[in-house]
Amino acid sequence: MPVTTIDGHTIHVDDEGFMTDYDEWDEQLASTLAGQIGVELTDEHWKALHFLRTDFREKGETPTLRRVSVSAGIPTKTLFALFPAKPAKKMAYVAGLPKPRGCV
Amino acid sequence: MRDLVILGAGTAGTMAANKLRRKLDRNDWRITVVDRDDEHHYQPGYLFVPFGRQDPAGLVRSRHAFLADGVRFVTGEVDEVQAEDSKVRLVGGQELGYDYLVIASGTSPRPSETPGMEGAAWRRSIFDFFTLDGATALREALNGFDHGRLVVHTTDIPIKCPVAPLEFSFLADAWLRDRGLRDRVEMVFATPLPGAFTKPVASSRLGNMLDERKIALEADFLVERIDPETRTLVSYDEREIAFDLLVTVPLNMGADFVARSGLGDELNYVPVDKHTLRSKAHDNVFALGDAADLPTSKAGSVAHFSVEMFVPNFLEHVAGRPMTRSFDGHANCFIESGHDKALLIDFNYDVEPLPGRFPVPRLGPLSLLEETRMNHLGKLAFQWIYWNALLPGRPIPLPTAMSMAGKHLEMQEA
Repeated sequence: MPVTTIDGHTIHVDDEGFMTDYDEWDEQLASTLAGQIGVELTDEHWKALHFLRTDFREKGETPTLRRVSVSAGIPTKTLFALFPAKPAKKMAYVAGLPKPRGCV
Repeated sequence: MRDLVILGAGTAGTMAANKLRRKLDRNDWRITVVDRDDEHHYQPGYLFVPFGRQDPAGLVRSRHAFLADGVRFVTGEVDEVQAEDSKVRLVGGQELGYDYLVIASGTSPRPSETPGMEGAAWRRSIFDFFTLDGATALREALNGFDHGRLVVHTTDIPIKCPVAPLEFSFLADAWLRDRGLRDRVEMVFATPLPGAFTKPVASSRLGNMLDERKIALEADFLVERIDPETRTLVSYDEREIAFDLLVTVPLNMGADFVARSGLGDELNYVPVDKHTLRSKAHDNVFALGDAADLPTSKAGSVAHFSVEMFVPNFLEHVAGRPMTRSFDGHANCFIESGHDKALLIDFNYDVEPLPGRFPVPRLGPLSLLEETRMNHLGKLAFQWIYWNALLPGRPIPLPTAMSMAGKHLEMQEA
């Protein structure tokens, strides 16, 4: 696993830059990661990110868009507005979680 | 007397009932299977119906006829599972108590979940093909279709048989070519996935096959709604795809009683341990086949291999011993590619589909990720195997756990 340094944090990431160690993440790092993909975090972004973190801790899988929309009550349309073009991937990236697994 | 109740007499439920009936003492165990009707469909055959190559009636047999003697079949709609009381209540009030419950109630297409899909255009310009009615209606529509834009579309994953939209596209391309109509039809393959398929080696191979057939790939397309007036698919990121004929795979969801019973996730699938298929919430509940939330394909093949593993585990479990088998997510699927050829893929939770030979390393006779006539014959032969060996629970000469022998690992890095 590659190791990289972002904003003074040393973190483990996969080939595409998704963090691989749940505990290396914090909110300051999230803001930096968001900045890298052109997203400025608002309260609505945080609501989604906190749901992702909590859900991953309970289920061991990065939640799908549908799961975020049903369980966190954030409409899919809003998720596309918050994290444009590829919200599932972008949310996981900023939340420090593995890239969402597409079912085969 | 102990009671095992199995909800669903499809591939997984029927196999499990038949295999367990042989192993569980009849003086100690009663096995009851519940389904809402007595029609067992050979679902892989739906694919051929729109092209007039499969008689719809030939795909349907009686469910109870495939259940072993000594298995009780109850026709009824499940209202609710009361897991705290180990009880199933059917619509109409009948109650079935259980010591162990197996949920094998599958998954089904839900066109009503996408705005605009199920309105006036449903089965006029918008069709599904993963129901027998849908495939039969599409046969009529295709017969009258001689020019325009044919869009093959997947709403969201997971879906039953994830390769089916690709197979449909390849078969439609061949079918149009044979009729001299291909130049008059534009074909688009729209998917919420980032490519033709999820895993890199297969995605690249199958993506090339779309290119070769001049089928345009519209990836990362998550539909928000359909405008039936203008015949347009509209995605959440506001891309639009116009169609004259839309062949869609609607959102798939597990049975509604799973949700009513508080046993499901957001798509009504039962959360289970992915290696033992036991419910994460209830020690005496298992979910098999499409009903479970396994992180792999919703496919008959997964149902088959996981039931092979479940049966010995269940026997250990009810004897009070630890379960020693672990399901690896093994699946293999034929992919029809048109003109009597097909590909075969073989994979599990950890290993993506790779080229090679199957089931005997280097010899085959089947080829992985390669179009051959032998693979097509394998797909056709499987229908006989399904009715005569798989459902009755007879041994099938295929390994339950995936093997790496005969696979070309170097492709993974390529």
